[in-house]
Amino acid sequence: MTLATFLIQCLNALQYGLLLFLVASGLTLIFGIMGVINLAHGSFYMIGAYMAYALAPFVAGTFGGGFFATLAVGLVLAVLLGYLLEWAFFSFLYEREHLQQVLMTYGLILVFEELRSMIVGDDVHGVAVPDILAGSLPLGELMTYPVYRLFISGVCLALALGMYLVFTRTRLGMMIRAGSTNREMVQSLGVDIKFLYRVVFAAGVAIAVLAGMVAAPVSSVYPGMGSTVLIICFVVVVIGGIGSIRGALLASLLIGIVDTFGKVLLPQAAGVLVYVLMALILLWKPDGLFKAG
Amino acid sequence: MMQRSKLAFVALAFAALALWPLAAGNYGIDLVTKIMVYAIFALSLELLVGATGLVCFGQAAFFGIGAYATVLLSPADAAASLLWLLPACVLLAALYALAVGALSLRTKGVYFIMVTLAFAQMAYYVVHDTPLGGGTDGIYLNVKPTLGSLIALDKPLVLYAFTLACLALVFGGLALLLRSRFGHALAGIRVNEQRMRATGFSTYPYKLAAFTVSGAIAGLAGFLFAVKDGAVNPELMSWHLSGAVLIMIILGGLGHLRGALIGAFAFTLLQELFKSEAIFGTFSKHWLLGLGLTIIASVALLPRGLVGVPGQLRERLLGKPAALRGTTEVRDEAR
Repeated sequence: MTLATFLIQCLNALQYGLLLFLVASGLTLIFGIMGVINLAHGSFYMIGAYMAYALAPFVAGTFGGGFFATLAVGLVLAVLLGYLLEWAFFSFLYEREHLQQVLMTYGLILVFEELRSMIVGDDVHGVAVPDILAGSLPLGELMTYPVYRLFISGVCLALALGMYLVFTRTRLGMMIRAGSTNREMVQSLGVDIKFLYRVVFAAGVAIAVLAGMVAAPVSSVYPGMGSTVLIICFVVVVIGGIGSIRGALLASLLIGIVDTFGKVLLPQAAGVLVYVLMALILLWKPDGLFKAG
Repeated sequence: MMQRSKLAFVALAFAALALWPLAAGNYGIDLVTKIMVYAIFALSLELLVGATGLVCFGQAAFFGIGAYATVLLSPADAAASLLWLLPACVLLAALYALAVGALSLRTKGVYFIMVTLAFAQMAYYVVHDTPLGGGTDGIYLNVKPTLGSLIALDKPLVLYAFTLACLALVFGGLALLLRSRFGHALAGIRVNEQRMRATGFSTYPYKLAAFTVSGAIAGLAGFLFAVKDGAVNPELMSWHLSGAVLIMIILGGLGHLRGALIGAFAFTLLQELFKSEAIFGTFSKHWLLGLGLTIIASVALLPRGLVGVPGQLRERLLGKPAALRGTTEVRDEAR
């Protein structure tokens, strides 16, 4: 492996890992703070990717188009979707057993997949890379690297930083952290915990949808993309330690590296490597790398 | 009184299964054979989830190992004898379960769920990516196993009877097991493992034994499935199947063996119902939507699963005796 290919694979690993982090961070938030095992989280990623494909013509007709306008419209829709879903399906699940939540969110996966198939169909679609980001950067003498992939990494990093700041520096973040430790106590201090949960859920959905929309031009749009991401994201959440954003970031980068280099160096065993990694880490640290505090 | 009605339900269910071939055609026999195989599979998971409180998300691996062993160990051009093939398949599944359990039982809760998933995915990729398992297409079972001329499993009716006998044995065996000292220890671990340890039980061997038995039963179900279908493919080990069987036992109602039975029937029949073109016409193409909505409705309306329906009805009609009011149920009603 030459230095240039090594660098390119590093960038690919970084981009894949950061994208995983976006989806997984919503999952670990909903999991750690609200205590809900949300199997439908992968569907939000799928919905995002399909939004990037299906909304584009509509947005072009109404607002004059553009990738970023589609992103904005999609984000608004995603927040609305998350808010409504929490109200309709999740608000009565908090006191139930975890397995009831698993059953409910499994039902939601089926509903989302079929609605997607009825509305958009079952074909694989490509999404065009926006013109501004369509170029490539030269890397070494022969290699180039697409700007759009760098853009994905940039968006993910900015969001990760934003989340960190909201969590550690704002009143909202303080209430969320407190709510995850002791729901009753926060409630009795006069915080509207139901509204807080709804906000967290909507934010988690929005981030997953955003990840799907941003990833669509690279990964293309296909049925079943949600369930693939879901399982990998659960791996990320568990390796990192449930509820820990820091852990999710580290774990998704780790998985990005293992998966990307696994595909290059050991193509026969690439699929299994991620799971071997998870098993090893959990046998070494049964509560994940960072136990959520 | 409750005990007697449960017993009557189980006896009636098995009697109905025994009489079913008299009424059903080929399709009906094949369908119910499949459901019974799933019921055995669901029972294996019920031992872990419902009885011991260990949520395993990799049960399909043991099922798949039983199925793949059936095909791989059978000679290519002659019928294998049931006498050694069945025990061999069950043993292989149990051995993998022993190894997986020994490692994964070090973790707890959601981490346990994910470690069992990881080991199942490893098995999945072994059959998916190596020549051993025939890749994504899977492999065919050329000649189905027999035992003498009496039990020839290539005849659908014989297979039906054999599967029913296996189901009855597994159900009866688990019912006895759960009433034994061992079963009570498992229940203790489910309710409060800390306290079990404090009273002097070393809980790890109990959990490992339950895990291994569960893997063996899942292997049996896999064997039956491979014989029924005459082919295996990697989907038998995928996490979708692990998920589906978990959904079956939750739908049926956790903590009751008959819940696994009811859940396997309800889940498979719902699938067939929504897939049926005769009833839903062109909408049957979108059968997953109907299934999904039914599952969501069942979570919202049946917090104790299908098993809890008679109890819920009784409470609705006759009012609930105050002594039985658990705190969670009161909260459910207030909402």
